[in-house]
Amino acid sequence: MNKAILAIGLTSALLPVAATAQSLNAAGATFPAPIYQKWFNDYSKVKPGTQVNYQAIGSGGGIRQLTEGTVDFGASDMPMTDEQLGKVKVKVLHFPTVLGGVVPVYNVEGVSSDLKFSGDTLAGIFLGAITKWNDAKLVKDNPGVKLPSKNITVVHRSDGSGTSFVFTDYLSKVSGEWKSKAGAGTSVNWPAGLGGKGNEGVAGLVKQTPNSLGYVELLYAVQNKMSYGYMKNAAGKFLKADLNTVTEAAAGAAKSMPADFRVSITNAPGANAYPISTFTWLLIPTKIDDASKRTTIKEFLKYMLSTGQKDAAGLSYAPLPKSVVAMEEKQISAIL
Amino acid sequence: MDRRRRRNIVNNVMLGLTGVCTIITVSSLFLILSYLVYHGFSSLDWNFFTKLPLPPGEVGGGMANAIVGSLTMVGIATLIGIPIGFIGGIYLAEFGGKTFPFLVRYTADLLNGVPSIVIGIFAWAIIVVPMKSFSVWAGGFALSLMLIPIGLKSTETFLRAVPNPLREGALALGASKTKAITSVIVPAALQGIATGMILGIARIAGETAPLLFTALNNQFWAKGLKQPTASLPVMIFSYAMSPYEDWHRQAWAAGLVLLTMVFLANIAARWVLSRGASAQRG
Amino acid sequence: MASTVLTSVPAPKRTRTFLQKLQDGDQVTHLITVIFAASVLLITLLLVYELWIRSGPSRSKFGLAFFFTKVWDPNAEQFGALPFIYGTLLTSFVALLIAIPLGVGAAIYLAELASPRWSNIFTFLIELLAAVPSVIFGLLAIFSIVPIMRDYVEPALQNTFGFLPIFSGPIYGVGFLSASLTLAVMIFPFIISISRESLMAVPREQREAALALGATKWESTFQVVLPYARLGIIGSIFLALARALGETMAVTMVIGNSPKISASLFAPGYTIAAVIANEFTEATGDMYLSSLIELGLVLFLLTMIINAGAQILIVATAGKGTKH
Repeated sequence: MNKAILAIGLTSALLPVAATAQSLNAAGATFPAPIYQKWFNDYSKVKPGTQVNYQAIGSGGGIRQLTEGTVDFGASDMPMTDEQLGKVKVKVLHFPTVLGGVVPVYNVEGVSSDLKFSGDTLAGIFLGAITKWNDAKLVKDNPGVKLPSKNITVVHRSDGSGTSFVFTDYLSKVSGEWKSKAGAGTSVNWPAGLGGKGNEGVAGLVKQTPNSLGYVELLYAVQNKMSYGYMKNAAGKFLKADLNTVTEAAAGAAKSMPADFRVSITNAPGANAYPISTFTWLLIPTKIDDASKRTTIKEFLKYMLSTGQKDAAGLSYAPLPKSVVAMEEKQISAIL
Repeated sequence: MDRRRRRNIVNNVMLGLTGVCTIITVSSLFLILSYLVYHGFSSLDWNFFTKLPLPPGEVGGGMANAIVGSLTMVGIATLIGIPIGFIGGIYLAEFGGKTFPFLVRYTADLLNGVPSIVIGIFAWAIIVVPMKSFSVWAGGFALSLMLIPIGLKSTETFLRAVPNPLREGALALGASKTKAITSVIVPAALQGIATGMILGIARIAGETAPLLFTALNNQFWAKGLKQPTASLPVMIFSYAMSPYEDWHRQAWAAGLVLLTMVFLANIAARWVLSRGASAQRG
Repeated sequence: MASTVLTSVPAPKRTRTFLQKLQDGDQVTHLITVIFAASVLLITLLLVYELWIRSGPSRSKFGLAFFFTKVWDPNAEQFGALPFIYGTLLTSFVALLIAIPLGVGAAIYLAELASPRWSNIFTFLIELLAAVPSVIFGLLAIFSIVPIMRDYVEPALQNTFGFLPIFSGPIYGVGFLSASLTLAVMIFPFIISISRESLMAVPREQREAALALGATKWESTFQVVLPYARLGIIGSIFLALARALGETMAVTMVIGNSPKISASLFAPGYTIAAVIANEFTEATGDMYLSSLIELGLVLFLLTMIINAGAQILIVATAGKGTKH
């Protein structure tokens, strides 16, 4: 029995490989994982023999593995800080890929209509200050909806998450209490709730747990047919995350995009701007020794900025503003 | 006679309770099996065994790369772990000494007791970090660490069980110690040793924790042994915690496949052992 | 005839050349086996060394306070092991609480009451349970134990015993209780298997003496046989404990992943093994990684001590059994 196992294992591991084969490894955010996986899957068909193995281990994981050098590039919904950039041996470039929205996803008994949340109510829930679904603040924002008097089960991320960063960044902007008690980051000291691993873990927990509330990237709610709520934006309007509202949130940033592409667009001004929107970035090292890897990455980036953008809307992300795409195309040449 | 009756009642109740305990514990096995079969059997289709995983949300992917990944890493673990355990076990059983064998046995027991996640940390530290990549090698190495103490213990136990007359007979006939070991003693103990090894291999085939940050995962085929690879246990872990129904379905199927392999190995090993034992007796 | 023979026979050559020794084979075999055995020693030493060295930064920064700090805040680089030590010990303890009565009870039945054939069959089945991989327990726990806990068991417990702090608080399904129950199912095969052997090793005379004195079967078992086999049974408990402490996957999947200390069994928590599994690949920053490795070191030491205790007890039982 052992011999057979060995034979199968060895022969398949040493399968003849095409001459132009390229195997890259990448890791990072779960937020854009659905579209990244689709891109890499499609790309392996466009360029046969090229495979990019993307592991969605969270933005924190992407940054860490990039710093360690165990992956060829990383992905994160939180731009790397100067301190983190300093720890990587080579200069790292941020390449925005798509825009997305973080939505409050919930599973409440007997509630079929979409709930409305304002920023400080959401902060109160995640602080553990608001504990019941029929709390006065929630009732005020949702007139006419029969909210049960059940406890709210809060679900957050257990891993280092860019999605968490975007969410907590937003909460810090709308709630002073949140800012002082927990702050913004990929891993905060959550005052309450259960931890799920990855966007999919949070979605899974909310789906399984009655009367729970979590935060996930829009697609995860859509794909799993889960209810997600309206958020009150800076202009006071209740909006759901979709192509238009997320694109509008990036409008201001698109005009004044810094050269290194590191921006936060949470709580953006604009009548129809969805308040918990974000860019998400690929983290590409500027100096890549392996020439064929370098070419592959550059070619992929071009693919991502052209054909790839067309896939965004179908997967509930928003494509990048044209001005940003143009800036990025210029940045590709900075990869040596 | 009231006290006598009360004591009898207590007797019957307590003994009955032990029966209940047995029913509960034995039936949990059947519950587990039936749950897996119920949920997993219908998901075992051709796709499962031949296709690669698909991006989240798309239906119809499979675990072909995970199955091969698991087989490869278990194969590597066997190639590294079995010889070390086997030859080390020969040393402990056949060559004497006081302190050194004691130390070896002690550290083997220690290694056996190390939680599998800590084994993962060690394998990460000495293979992933210098190699700067997650890899099949790292995963296979981590698994081999768990196989070594099992192989060692089983080899030593069964070699020691070989009756001394057999040992002395070989030496009396003029065989060198090496010849005695290779031609007489080991063959006599082989069945038992093989049983222990098979059980050990079945155990590591189901391990997840040591693979989490050594082999990581891969949605494609691992091109070569220096690349990360998918494996059945890690796929079960990530799919089970996801929200996608299709992934849940696949997790059940994978669980059924994994459990079937583990159980078959266990049953086969025990059958071989009982055959060998009766042959020796009869 | 005597004198000529005696003086001129040369003494046989006692020393052999190195080459002759090598060709002897046994020396080589000895050497090879020693090398392989030594490699086991070396690998284990290397493991301890790596754990020690790589946990250096957090050990020197936090010192002993690491074990008493309850804050785990990667953002602020504040790392404390207390929530994880608490979770690990609590889940293992509750798991034992559930598994010991069940396990010892079943062992008594299998050793004392069942016919040898059924005893062997059932024991075989229970030992098969020990072979089930942890991740499969986790898979089952998520979809069967957690919903049952959440919808039936925990509300029932809260309704009847809700005044006790351990049954208070919101009910999530995942949490300490679900994790403990899952662990209990994973460890009772160890308790049953070894306790049964210990019970069967008790000499017949002991039982017969008790019965001859008028004891009921239960009284004979509980008051005579069980105490006699006590060391082995306790040894099996230690072994089960060691297994429970290091258990990773099944626990990660149902414990709720929240590094908090709560009195309630319904609350989500975290164990050492679970936090390492979840956060290792993304520990940004050396202090973060070092803290996780230090947690691994703590777990290693904990299981080492418990395993040693188990070994001593089990060996002591074997010795006791053969003495009479």
